[in-house]
Amino acid sequence: MPQEFTSPILSVENVDLGYGALQVVTDVSLHVGAGELVGLVGGNGSGKSTILRAISGMITPFGGRIVFDGEAIRAAAPHQMAARGLAHVPMGRQLFPNMSVRENLLVGATLPAARAARARSLEEVRALFPELDAHMDAPAGQLSGGQQQMVAIARALMLRPKMMIMDEPSIGLAPRLVKDVMAAIRRVAHTGLPILLVEQNVKQVLAVCDRAYVLENGRLALEGSAAELQGHPLVRKAYLGL
Amino acid sequence: MLDLAIFIQNLANGLLIGGVYALIGVGLTLVFGVMRTINFAHGDFVVLGMYGAVLFDLVFGFDPYLSLLIALPVAFVVGMVVERAILAPIADAPAESSLLATLGLSLIIGNLLLLTFGGEPRSVQVPYASDTVRIGEVNLSVVLLAAGAATTAMIGALYWFLERTERGRAVRATAENRLGAELVGIDTRRVQSFVFGMGTALAVTAGVTLIPLLFATPTFTGAIFTLKAFVVTVLGGLGRVGAAIGGGLLLGVVEVLGASYFLSEYRDAYGLLAFLLVLLLRPEGLFGKTVKRV
Ligand SMILES: Nc1ncnc2c1ncn2[C@@H]1O[C@H](COP(=O)(O)OP(=O)(O)OP(=O)(O)O)[C@@H](O)[C@H]1O
Ligand SMILES: [Mg+2]
Repeated sequence: MPQEFTSPILSVENVDLGYGALQVVTDVSLHVGAGELVGLVGGNGSGKSTILRAISGMITPFGGRIVFDGEAIRAAAPHQMAARGLAHVPMGRQLFPNMSVRENLLVGATLPAARAARARSLEEVRALFPELDAHMDAPAGQLSGGQQQMVAIARALMLRPKMMIMDEPSIGLAPRLVKDVMAAIRRVAHTGLPILLVEQNVKQVLAVCDRAYVLENGRLALEGSAAELQGHPLVRKAYLGL
Repeated sequence: MLDLAIFIQNLANGLLIGGVYALIGVGLTLVFGVMRTINFAHGDFVVLGMYGAVLFDLVFGFDPYLSLLIALPVAFVVGMVVERAILAPIADAPAESSLLATLGLSLIIGNLLLLTFGGEPRSVQVPYASDTVRIGEVNLSVVLLAAGAATTAMIGALYWFLERTERGRAVRATAENRLGAELVGIDTRRVQSFVFGMGTALAVTAGVTLIPLLFATPTFTGAIFTLKAFVVTVLGGLGRVGAAIGGGLLLGVVEVLGASYFLSEYRDAYGLLAFLLVLLLRPEGLFGKTVKRV
């Protein structure tokens, strides 16, 4: 595996995470290599979003460390992690609902480096999400849930990031739209962008990702290639309902 | 018997005064938009502008509109410093902390003014105070026209900033979704102090513009204008610049028409009456959209 030889873009090393005195994630290690689409799955409250928050610098690990692009993440505001090339597509999309789709995308390229390449990024992103073309001038809040998720991903790409992390992009979407969004994520991954995809929808994630980690009650229960996990009895029983 | 010329004149006066109220309301609404906190010291910043003009008049004999050139940048910097020093450190504390902090700020500003200038009412007498311009049958006061010109320029500049500049777009993004803005790389803390500076500058501009028209006292006038700012933003619908402008114009017209056709000593009460009616009949504000969240 080539990514074993190059250093990963993201490595989470034995982190303990929590809020105040409450620890919710214990001794979790994971990594994402160049060009990989990696899944992080687990049930409600298992600590998935907490891990993403730590990667974005919103919370500081109690123990362990997180290295992004060769540098340890310290307590930093999220905007500083964005400046380092990390795109975070958050839970609930967090769009600017009264701004047009175009403006949402333009805001995505606010940082100086991204701004310099804004016109090119906009073209690339529109090519990747042709379904947004008809809605560029509509307020983002008026789009369907699936389209809004596309806008959220497209906005994050405008940053020209080195890596993308996504929190439950399929939540609240009708099954057909979940397929569309997953296909869109697959397209983004094909551009070579490393992605860490957090989901509860285990079946959909294992269908698109290269590798995945399974989190249970704040600890890693399993990890492996998508094919391995799809065949694993525990995954089949607990998450795929087979 | 309603004389049309007098009615038009009252309407024009109401709109001109309302423009100044709009400035005040826009400042409050902008600050609320990005900080999600009501600034209880907003009216005191208006009064700070008034006393600034009084001071420039006493010391240098400056015309209030001339002193605006100095007051505006100073107010902006003062607002930014106040935000950094007082509000930023408690940004993550429960919401009522910043509310209480602005309330405390209001008390401090009012009492510092009282200490410096004493309690007697102050104004700035401009030589053109009673000059008017005659358009057809309608007489318009030069002071009010100057106020109208100043507010139009300020609001025009504000719109240009918000809609046409990169930083303005970052401000709007922060107001619409702070987390979303932060994740695309916007330093929303900086946006907050910047916007607080803008809000302060708008309030101070309004104060400087109004001082030839009224007498100010250190604490009472501040409370009145904080109240007016609430009325303006609630009339329009909190959190939207266009709505605050509409609310300001409406408040000006209601006050002036009320004062000229009913009892003039209840001038401030007509605005409150309109406010109560709107709250009862259309709580989302006259120009507010039904709130939609993503
Ligand atoms: N801000 C917070 N303060 C205190 N506890 C929190 C906070 N956010 C999350 N938690 C707790 O941390 C645990 C893990 O939450 P987290 O949001 O990371 O789970 P999750 O795997 O993302 O779940 P879901 O699939 O429901 O989004 C939960 O028990 C939750 O109650
Ligand atoms: Mg979550």
